[in-house]
Amino acid sequence: MSFSENNKILEVKNLKTYFYTDGGIVKAVDGVSFDLKVGETLGIVGETGSGKSVTALSILKLIQQPIGKIVGGEIIFDDKNLLKMSKAELQNLRGNKISMIFQDPMTSLNPVYTISNQIMESITTHRKLNKKEAKKECLKLLEMVGIPEAKNRLGSYPYEFSGGMKQRVMIAMAIANSPSVLIADEPTTALDVTIQAQILELMNELKKKTKSSIIIITHDLGVVAKYAKRVMVMYAGKPVEFSVVDDIYYKPLHPYTIGLMSSIARLDKKQEERLTPIEGSPPSLIDLPKGCVFRKRCKFAVEECRKKYPQFVEIEENHWVACHRAGEFLDGSLSRI
Amino acid sequence: MDNNNILEVKNLKKYFTLRSGFLFQKFTGSVKAVDGVSFHIKEGETFGLVGESGCGKSTTARVILRLTNPTSGCALYNGTDLFKLSRKQMFKVRREIQVIFQDPYASLSPRMTIGDIVGEPLEIHGVGNKGYRRKKVKKLLKVVGLNPEHINRYPHEFSGGQRQRVGVARALALTPKLILCDEPVSALDVSVQAQILNLMSDLQKEFNLTYLFIAHDLSVVKHISNRIGVMYLGKIVEVADSWDLYKKPLHPYTRGLLSAIPIPDPELEKKRKRIILEGDVPSPINPPSGCRFHPRCPNAEEICSKEEPELKNYSKNGNEHLAACFFAGKSF
Amino acid sequence: MYPEIKKDLKEQSEITEILEDAGMEKKYSRSSLYKDAWRRLKKNKLAMIGLGIIIFLIIIAIFAPLVSPYNPIGRVKEESSLSPGMAHLFGTDLLGRDIFSRVIYGSRISLEVGVIAVGISVTIGLFFGAIAGYFGNVPDVLIMRMADIFFAFPYILGAIVIMTILGPGIMNIFIAIGILGWASFARIFRGSILSIKNKEYIEAARALGASNFRIIIKHIFPNAFAPIIVYATMNVGSAILVEAALSFLGLGVQPPTPAWGKMLSESLNYIDIAPWMMFFPGIAIVITVLGFVLLGDGLRDAFDPRLK
Repeated sequence: MSFSENNKILEVKNLKTYFYTDGGIVKAVDGVSFDLKVGETLGIVGETGSGKSVTALSILKLIQQPIGKIVGGEIIFDDKNLLKMSKAELQNLRGNKISMIFQDPMTSLNPVYTISNQIMESITTHRKLNKKEAKKECLKLLEMVGIPEAKNRLGSYPYEFSGGMKQRVMIAMAIANSPSVLIADEPTTALDVTIQAQILELMNELKKKTKSSIIIITHDLGVVAKYAKRVMVMYAGKPVEFSVVDDIYYKPLHPYTIGLMSSIARLDKKQEERLTPIEGSPPSLIDLPKGCVFRKRCKFAVEECRKKYPQFVEIEENHWVACHRAGEFLDGSLSRI
Repeated sequence: MDNNNILEVKNLKKYFTLRSGFLFQKFTGSVKAVDGVSFHIKEGETFGLVGESGCGKSTTARVILRLTNPTSGCALYNGTDLFKLSRKQMFKVRREIQVIFQDPYASLSPRMTIGDIVGEPLEIHGVGNKGYRRKKVKKLLKVVGLNPEHINRYPHEFSGGQRQRVGVARALALTPKLILCDEPVSALDVSVQAQILNLMSDLQKEFNLTYLFIAHDLSVVKHISNRIGVMYLGKIVEVADSWDLYKKPLHPYTRGLLSAIPIPDPELEKKRKRIILEGDVPSPINPPSGCRFHPRCPNAEEICSKEEPELKNYSKNGNEHLAACFFAGKSF
Repeated sequence: MYPEIKKDLKEQSEITEILEDAGMEKKYSRSSLYKDAWRRLKKNKLAMIGLGIIIFLIIIAIFAPLVSPYNPIGRVKEESSLSPGMAHLFGTDLLGRDIFSRVIYGSRISLEVGVIAVGISVTIGLFFGAIAGYFGNVPDVLIMRMADIFFAFPYILGAIVIMTILGPGIMNIFIAIGILGWASFARIFRGSILSIKNKEYIEAARALGASNFRIIIKHIFPNAFAPIIVYATMNVGSAILVEAALSFLGLGVQPPTPAWGKMLSESLNYIDIAPWMMFFPGIAIVITVLGFVLLGDGLRDAFDPRLK
């Protein structure tokens, strides 16, 4: 496979995914752009309804027709635009070069097939292996993802596995064909913390071994801080800030990111410190306010924010932000508090 | 021990029996959801109960509220055992003990207006007439930061955070003394979580409330609680002041739990050493012998699988720091 | 299959989530479940046809004396067995009665039976279903086993047995059909109670000290009622069919009261010489039952669009 000169394995440009409903057009993803470099872990952070999951589904074109539609943008993978590919080409890509891990391991496995059946299927769909070879491969994968006594578990059904184990199986399926991009959509949200830690460690190790790139989609800023190299923050279907992880956490330039950071209850902070929440709740995606989508909850909003939506621009090297006042945060003329 | 304990739970047990068969059912085993839990809550404080799913923390709250009957043990509310009260006596006590549930979508009846929902406790307990109740409901909505004009709206017209405010207003209606909060912010987004947490601590000061705060998210529990109890498989393994618990965890499970939670600070995260607990939480139907944590414990020794460690105080100063581990003293 | 299975699984939850997040519900603000359902029902053409048929029938039944050109039981000997024509739109029967008028009056019996008998079924069913679902344990086992017995018994046969014991007559039809239908309502209601019983808002009410009665009436009923409405609507259709069958067998409404089933059986021997005698009451039954089934089907989709 040939990569573009700057090591970008995946590039999403101005992606727009809308849902056409009785109530109006839901702009679930509206103008998202980012790139993924070889071997990096990219975090996409946002709250419910921010469009982070739809972004992930759009990359694999897994948006339900005809309600949902990708109405604009480009998704460049291996110098080809995914959105222009034929069904067969896409089929060949999904689960092979780009694969996905979903949030809920409980419903993502088919209850009537054995674990090995399902893993073998994802192997043989994309590789010409006979049954014996596939089985061997399957065993190898299960061992890789840390299923104890994998040999004896090949014939098990999903219900015989705990949530954490199921998620390991899902990961085994996702990495079965050594994909170059792994998209993990809230991979640990349904799991307990101690299990979450196991799964995240596993993903991190596998990434090192397989040299694939990971997009991790989550609402948990802690997870991103630990594993991601770069982070994109989304709000109401739009990207609001995109940079390396340190910039996002230590010198955020968008009021939403700033607000998010100060509203988390942190384990290492003394109790007396009061949280500073973002007031209000996210807007309805059907009925977005004019101008900046965040302005109604923003304490830094000025007249300009009401008039037009700020461009998503690279304000300093590798630091993208969509805020009229980002410059003031950057040069220090406006305090973040 | 001092006498300002508003609630004292002693050796609480709740076993759910499993039966099979039809008409003539056979006893086939029991789930030891809560197995000998003891703790006390002082008036005006927030006691946090934390643990992973299936550890019995929610069941504990349900038993205290008598939504389900305990197998054994007692819960002293201001000295009287809740489990010995008659229906009528319990009805009176219910005015003082309220509950906030996790899911703001499921805890509000979809066919009732929020006015009816918040007013229901007043109606059930026969407080005032209709006009008075309506006025009071409007006041309550205002207290929790909702628009009193929205009294006739239905729950689905509100966002998650707003619905949870409705739940808080309902809990406040009878001016209770103790509120059991079962995962009150788990279903909410972070920015909204902070709103509700702040609201809860404001209300605590204003109305001198005592909270039992149950959640799986240790960062949230630590933020709001004065003291924390950590539960594992139906038992409390450690109780300490919340800062002590973070700084000097004594039980290996607490250490694993703390270490599993990523802190939203990239520099700090890179430096932190991680203890990854192996394996899954065992089934409460057939819990491990001895210390229930020993199959997953990185420092387990022979004794751990044979004997059960007691919950003992390891603190040398005034603040109690309880742990149920044979080697808790070592690391202190 | 790999992406495909998961695509399906994912999408179902994904779409609803997105729409909810997007505040879709807010769009229909101030609308309860029922208004929402009505909005969806209005879009369903078949259901609206069903509703149209039912409303039409109700109007006809109420204003029967005004709409029918003749007395339904008045005989005009000279005019017996006339084929449909200008004077008698649907023709006349053997006794010279105007079939058009009889079909119109027949709608009264059918609707009465449908509504009252189903009403009885619903009442009994809700009562036992509520007890079984809410209290569980022994009452649940007893009630549901009793329901099983009713299910095991062929419906028509049961109706015939009861009618033979009670003797013919409209009141007894209500009772027979009403009693036989309770089991399905009990089962459905019990099911929805079971799914609601452990919802947090029920626990919240219990924690407040609400009585069982209050919980059932105020919290469970309003939330468990939608499936009952759906099933009752469909059941009206089948009750009408059973009444027609009973009348056909001579166990139901007695002559000369006009009932569609009875009209069918009276004309049975003349099917080759006077087919209209059978055709018009027959088509009336079909249309009526169809109306209720269409509406019931539409209601089901309207109450739970995700089931589609």
